[in-house]
Amino acid sequence: MNRFDYIRPATVSEAVTAAAVPGSAYLAGGTNLIDLMKGGIVSPRRLIDVSRLAGLDRIEPLPDGGVRIGARVRNADLAHDPTFSKRFPVVAEALLAGASAQLRNAATVGGNLLQRTRCAYFYDPATACNKRQPGVGCDARGGENRLHAVLGWSESCIATHPSDFCVPLVALDAVVEIEGKAGRRQVALEELHLLPGTTPERENVLAPGELVVAVRLPGAAARFATRARYLKLRERTSYAFAMVSVAACLHIEDGVIAEARLALGGVAAKPWRARAAEAALADARPNPDGFRRAAEAALAEAHPSGDNAFKIELARRIVVRALALAVAGTPERVPALPASPFAPIPGGAIHD
Amino acid sequence: MSLSINLTVNGMRRKIELDDPRVTLLDLLRERLDLTGTKKGCDRGQCGACTVLLDGRRINSCLALAVSNDGAEVLTIEGLAQGEALHPVQVAFIAHDAFQCGFCTPGQIISAVGLIREGQAGDDPERVREGMSGNLCRCGAYRGITEAVLEAQRSLAQVGREEAA
Repeated sequence: MNRFDYIRPATVSEAVTAAAVPGSAYLAGGTNLIDLMKGGIVSPRRLIDVSRLAGLDRIEPLPDGGVRIGARVRNADLAHDPTFSKRFPVVAEALLAGASAQLRNAATVGGNLLQRTRCAYFYDPATACNKRQPGVGCDARGGENRLHAVLGWSESCIATHPSDFCVPLVALDAVVEIEGKAGRRQVALEELHLLPGTTPERENVLAPGELVVAVRLPGAAARFATRARYLKLRERTSYAFAMVSVAACLHIEDGVIAEARLALGGVAAKPWRARAAEAALADARPNPDGFRRAAEAALAEAHPSGDNAFKIELARRIVVRALALAVAGTPERVPALPASPFAPIPGGAIHD
Repeated sequence: MSLSINLTVNGMRRKIELDDPRVTLLDLLRERLDLTGTKKGCDRGQCGACTVLLDGRRINSCLALAVSNDGAEVLTIEGLAQGEALHPVQVAFIAHDAFQCGFCTPGQIISAVGLIREGQAGDDPERVREGMSGNLCRCGAYRGITEAVLEAQRSLAQVGREEAA
């Protein structure tokens, strides 16, 4: 790990001022940053420790029925907050499907949004990675890439964003509050992360030194509470990143889908909102044919970036399964194996 | 740069001068406080061998900078027994052969203590397995580990009932 100066500001404005110095990075839970520093993948000269900043650790109800989550709320605390998990169960399920209990106890909300890709080439300084070192090429292209992106990738970069938490958040219209030298601004989570294009080193719209201070969910997001599921397919049942994941949220009135929300994880450099699929589901009765059409719409623009064509059909099937589970209803409690696609579907199998 | 922090480690207040902010909580415990029960496995947050309780919550001490945890309370495997009397989780690990080589065991035991405190798993073996998935055991003693956690939880609940009575 490189040497660095350690700075612990007392306020958000002190933090933003300190982080404006080039070479600075914010430290909160450290579960991603310290790992990256140990691997020599990033080497900030200054760490600005925001892990104890006052005012960023609350889960507050909003007047519209929504919620404001402070950026340094720990993943475990949010997932186990009884009011939050009742109103936004799909977010709690996604949180509990991520990482391990130890990591969820340390990792923060803000850090989860800004975590880096787990592309093995990004993590290996002996290989070429345009994200790590712009312009050197991408060894993931033509390499071991069966888990890489199938949507929104470019010749420069085929990495995925690894967050589970972000998937239901983007489906539910989450908004990110950001503090910078010019004051506070807010950005829809859907607009926070950038697709790689020719500049994969630019991963989000934050300016240098800007700090995520909170994430908000609107009150309207709570109307999906009774029919919302997160499903995550991984290479082992627990403590692994998603190959493909999906958040499916339905609001059903008189047997008809009044509104649907759908987002995918593990498929692109950002949490992927599937608006065409949402439109395909709306105003129809929930049924397997409709789910399949929605899944086709969600993946219409997908194409393999390597040995990962199988992920596209896998994603379609996981969309269908998540929608069927959402119709069956949100369980009273997050299942023993959160987001597991192996759980039986009430009402019977949806395919052979 | 000299950085001074205070930590309460296994109930004892320690004032620590750090000569380098890079020192992780794990390296501080092992290399400077001679508490080598907490193990360094992967050192990257993947194996759970370094699990300690930080302010009562289980974390990977390899990914925590010591300097960032000024004022915290740390519980390691060395602080679990009361004198010669083993903690119920330790007793249960022995009773159920919940280890072979023993390298992951301090992390497994501290993680189990954290899991029981969290109170989310109940008596469901599936929830226990899921809750312990951050602790790898390359000997594959998982079956004994799950049984030990469930039994320790029952005996701690029993102690709790007796103390309340």
